Amino acid sequence: MSLLRNNAAVYGLVLVLAVVTPLAFPTYMTQLALLWAMVVFSMTWDTMGGQMGYNSFGNIVFYGIGMYACAVVQRDSGLGYFPALSLGLAAAAALAVVTAWLIGSGILGLRGHYFAIGSLGLGIAAAEIAGGIDYIGAGSGMTTPLYPEGIGKREIFFYASFFALAVATFFALKWLYAGRFGLALNAIRDDEDKAEAMGLHTTRYKTVAWIVSAFFLSISGGLMGNLQKFIDPRDTAFAGPTIGVWMVLMAILGGKGTIWGPVIGAIVFLVAKELFWTYLLGWQYVALGLMIVVIVVFFPQGIMGYIRERHPHLMGETVDPAKGEEAAK
Amino acid sequence: MLGNLQILFDAPVFVVDLMVNGLLIGAIFALAAYGMALVWGVMNIIDIAQGEYVMLGGFINLMVIQYLGLHPLFGIPISALVMFGFGHVIYRTVIHRIVDKDMFISILATFGLSIVIAQMSNAVFGADVRTADAHLPTLLFMDGLVSVGAIKLIAFILSLVTGFVLWLFLKRSRLGQAIRATAQNARAARILGIDTDKVYAATYGINAALCGAVGSLVVMAWTIHPYIGLPYTVRSFMVVIVAGLGNLPAVVLAGLGLGAAENFAGFILGTEFQIAFVFSLMVVILVWRNVKLKRERKYLK
Repeated sequence: MSLLRNNAAVYGLVLVLAVVTPLAFPTYMTQLALLWAMVVFSMTWDTMGGQMGYNSFGNIVFYGIGMYACAVVQRDSGLGYFPALSLGLAAAAALAVVTAWLIGSGILGLRGHYFAIGSLGLGIAAAEIAGGIDYIGAGSGMTTPLYPEGIGKREIFFYASFFALAVATFFALKWLYAGRFGLALNAIRDDEDKAEAMGLHTTRYKTVAWIVSAFFLSISGGLMGNLQKFIDPRDTAFAGPTIGVWMVLMAILGGKGTIWGPVIGAIVFLVAKELFWTYLLGWQYVALGLMIVVIVVFFPQGIMGYIRERHPHLMGETVDPAKGEEAAK
Repeated sequence: MLGNLQILFDAPVFVVDLMVNGLLIGAIFALAAYGMALVWGVMNIIDIAQGEYVMLGGFINLMVIQYLGLHPLFGIPISALVMFGFGHVIYRTVIHRIVDKDMFISILATFGLSIVIAQMSNAVFGADVRTADAHLPTLLFMDGLVSVGAIKLIAFILSLVTGFVLWLFLKRSRLGQAIRATAQNARAARILGIDTDKVYAATYGINAALCGAVGSLVVMAWTIHPYIGLPYTVRSFMVVIVAGLGNLPAVVLAGLGLGAAENFAGFILGTEFQIAFVFSLMVVILVWRNVKLKRERKYLK
């Protein structure tokens, strides 16, 4: 039977873990909030890289835009903390969606590795440009407003927000993949020319996919700016070499093109990352780089791909032994 | 921004200064790009770690000065040699596993490599911006309004000479012919008795050596620090997509053009936007070329 598909028990287990873990380890609340943020990063990347086959290094642009847009609204709107935060997140999402739509029509015409490198350039250009604009603090960055309530409540609030965002992202993407949209994305991944010949408006689908990806990612960016309290253009907002690469890595580690893969990949990756930060301090980035090389070179199919290879019945795939033997002949 | 533009109109001599210095650095970009084109054409790998080899070459030259007490010009062949070995080691450990895989795998793997190399250099050499003083004079032209460091001139000439020697090597030598044969059709080359694995190793080593030479020129003429790699990778990439694979005159022209364009942009927009200009220019070039191809219902391949 299918272990990981449509299984209420799995959802229940995740929900219980999501509530119990922060209660059991209240000191790790920020890291656990980061976990759900990572889940959002890798799921939104997988919409482009896994489902559609457009390996983007530039999704970080929307994360950074979300972070800055939210912080600017919070700084300039003059509202209370929570109304300003809500308005900021809405502004973040709106700005990111518009940006994705505008640049998407140009850069999504590129294919394969040209898209990968073009989007990489986009991410770094965004960081450098943000680092030169005085309105958003230029190279010295911005601070986000202080959380108004008492100690400890802040962490709980952001943990809950990120968890809600991750759940919303998960089900929104699951719903999208289940319908015609998901089929169109997979068709683009498998053969874009044929998809176009079949009458799909591939450019429209690609842009919509990027907009969906940008929408959720920008909200996570806005929240993350508030969780970290400080925004640096290169190191936190448009952090291409860290978060921008991690989201790719998490999706690949979990298994590209699956709904659970990015979630599992994010959890495994974050645990590994925290271990590196704890035990290899000073060399943690070296260890992370090595991890990228090792995963990409030796384990490109990911955890879900591995399970599908070895235990196809767990993935709800039925293998007819007679047919298998026929194929083997 | 407009004020800077006005200066250029009021004092055309600055145009000459920017142009000359831009062209001089352009030759260095062209040399690094030639290495990238070589690896791309022969092994079908886009090497994101390219810029990190440039950076390592610079640090090797600094070590040559510090520990051997030699003049930095001697650092060029030494760092090229060391980097050839380094490239070989990287090929044997990582690159040979990804040669026949999907191109995105190679991009991501070399990206990981570049992070490892940059972070290691940061840990070993420190994050400071470094430069090597070659004790050469600065040449002044036009009443001292156009200043060109002699070392930049030497770097320019050496880059062009190295590029030409490499071109001759690929055309004439036995190994060069094997490299070109492998680039044309690896399978056929194997059938005809060429050990393509060795050819790939040599190609990757040559690329690293070229980058090493570039780096030791850069450290003398400009500056170097552990995170300088990615801009050099992107510049090489840009030159290659404009010039195409294996077209030496076009690579030189594109490199020189990029150098000049970047220098003007740095002056007009301000130096804080120079890197942003490089990366944005790459995106614009990619999109522009693709839009042009799209009219013929094609896309960049």
